[in-house]
Amino acid sequence: MKAKQAEEIIGFLLLRLCMAVIVVILCVIFYDSITKGIGSVSWEFLTAMPKNGMTEGGIFPAITGTFLVTVITAVLAIPLGMGCAIYLNEYAADTMVTRLIRLSIRNLSGVPSIVYGLFGVVLFVQFMRFGTCLLSAGCTLGLMTLPWTITASEEALKNVPKAYREGALALGATKWQSIRTNVLPYAVPGMLTGTILGLARAAGETAPILFTGAAFFMPFLPESLFSQFMALPYHLYIMSTQHHAITKVRPLAYGTALVLIVLVFAMNFSAVVIRYHLRKVKKE
Amino acid sequence: MIKRMKEKIIHGLFFLNGLLVIAALLGIFLLLIVTALPAFKEIRLSEFLFTAVWDPTSYARPSYGILAMLAGTLLVTCGALLIAVPIGIGTAAYLAEVASPRVREIAKPVVEVLAGIPSVVIGFLGIVLVGPFVARIFHTSNGLNALNGSVLLAIMALPTIISLSEDALNAVPVSFCEASLALGASRWQTVILVKIPAALSGIIASCMLGMGRAIGETMTVLMATGCAQAMPHSFIDPVRTLTATIAIELGEVAYGSTHYYALFAVGLALFIITFMVNLASDVILHKYQNVVK
Repeated sequence: MKAKQAEEIIGFLLLRLCMAVIVVILCVIFYDSITKGIGSVSWEFLTAMPKNGMTEGGIFPAITGTFLVTVITAVLAIPLGMGCAIYLNEYAADTMVTRLIRLSIRNLSGVPSIVYGLFGVVLFVQFMRFGTCLLSAGCTLGLMTLPWTITASEEALKNVPKAYREGALALGATKWQSIRTNVLPYAVPGMLTGTILGLARAAGETAPILFTGAAFFMPFLPESLFSQFMALPYHLYIMSTQHHAITKVRPLAYGTALVLIVLVFAMNFSAVVIRYHLRKVKKE
Repeated sequence: MIKRMKEKIIHGLFFLNGLLVIAALLGIFLLLIVTALPAFKEIRLSEFLFTAVWDPTSYARPSYGILAMLAGTLLVTCGALLIAVPIGIGTAAYLAEVASPRVREIAKPVVEVLAGIPSVVIGFLGIVLVGPFVARIFHTSNGLNALNGSVLLAIMALPTIISLSEDALNAVPVSFCEASLALGASRWQTVILVKIPAALSGIIASCMLGMGRAIGETMTVLMATGCAQAMPHSFIDPVRTLTATIAIELGEVAYGSTHYYALFAVGLALFIITFMVNLASDVILHKYQNVVK
């Protein structure tokens, strides 16, 4: 009997240890990037152009570029993702086609990001003749975000009680009217939460934009959808591996990493806040 | 009548929107095939798949063998799974069985936050943090090798493994545990002998999805594994993966050259490998769901 108890104590200790490893990993990541990055982050760093072959100055064009490309991603991924989720949850019967759509979504989310990059090069850069630019990169990222947006939006639609739809239908509303007035208003905040999480992931991605629009160095802001742009994740990659004076610019790389982490977490946090408010509203 | 027409049109539009997803997946696959095919006018398929020398810019005779990269990808992925699977399942079991609801409320966001860290940041920390550490232990020059890549990929695969394994553990019917506890088994014995075996297919599926992520990950391995084009012999050798090769070379290659097409062939190989892994994970998961029903 004693042995059994000792076994249980040791076993649960091991499981706690696994959790502790995760917590330690996260703490190390945060501690290292904050302590070494905070020194280089200043108002100038955030708002100035890079200077002297990127050994001095700021990362303003990279921040702007990431912001702009994320907006294009959102413009593409949000309506298409929500539309597909509405089809799957509201309209689709359990047919072969529906199952094929679901299978495609699962597999799309497993396609490596660099393969999306290749696809973007062939379709947007060359075939559609956009060239390497904001639009090509945004479309590539939008396509990559699509499966995440769909999954999250469908989850939000599932959480709307069936009675809401039936109530509208019983009063003589058509299917679309019932969706528009009785389903979407309750599902949209949840859809947004999931979508913002997906966009945060897209904002941090590098591989899909490597060859579709990101520029090594550009001392000015992109002028149109068809100009190249600097992006935070790509800038961090350059500063840590491709720069001619890697050790000299290490503090700048740390600063860029910190800004990128903060940006991604600000997006995640806003999603969580929306979710929190949503829950509160539901309870009332 | 107009109302019904409008409904039909709206339905049709949403249906097209749904079909778009199938079109996207097929489109990726077909475009990769079409762009990769010209490469095989000059490269024999057997050379591409079974030789280890990748030297497309050689003046004498360019060679296009992906075996060394394939080995690199497999080595780094296996290393990552060796680290991530035990820790991932352990953490999932902790979250599902040991943690109190209050601890879980804090611990779950920790896992989500870890999932949200951009891969390029992980790669950067691999250079400045894990690399020097590995170098000191194994007395290598810079620590940019397969082991470093494995550690980083493990970090990237962990959130997937943890959250999906936890879902699988939570889906095990309570009656299984009650029966086990009623027979006098301890909670630990119930976890190990009843819950994990019952959730096994879900857990395996989660590990395969984590594996798919590790195979397809680009930036971390590009930055942290040293990218040497040779057959790796151990974990402290620098390796170059399929993904890293595309990332390094596509920017410098002339459009329409055999090298260009060959890189798309590498992409196609990558797509097929991850597709198979994901599909296998899907099949395992669905088999399990049918059994429970």
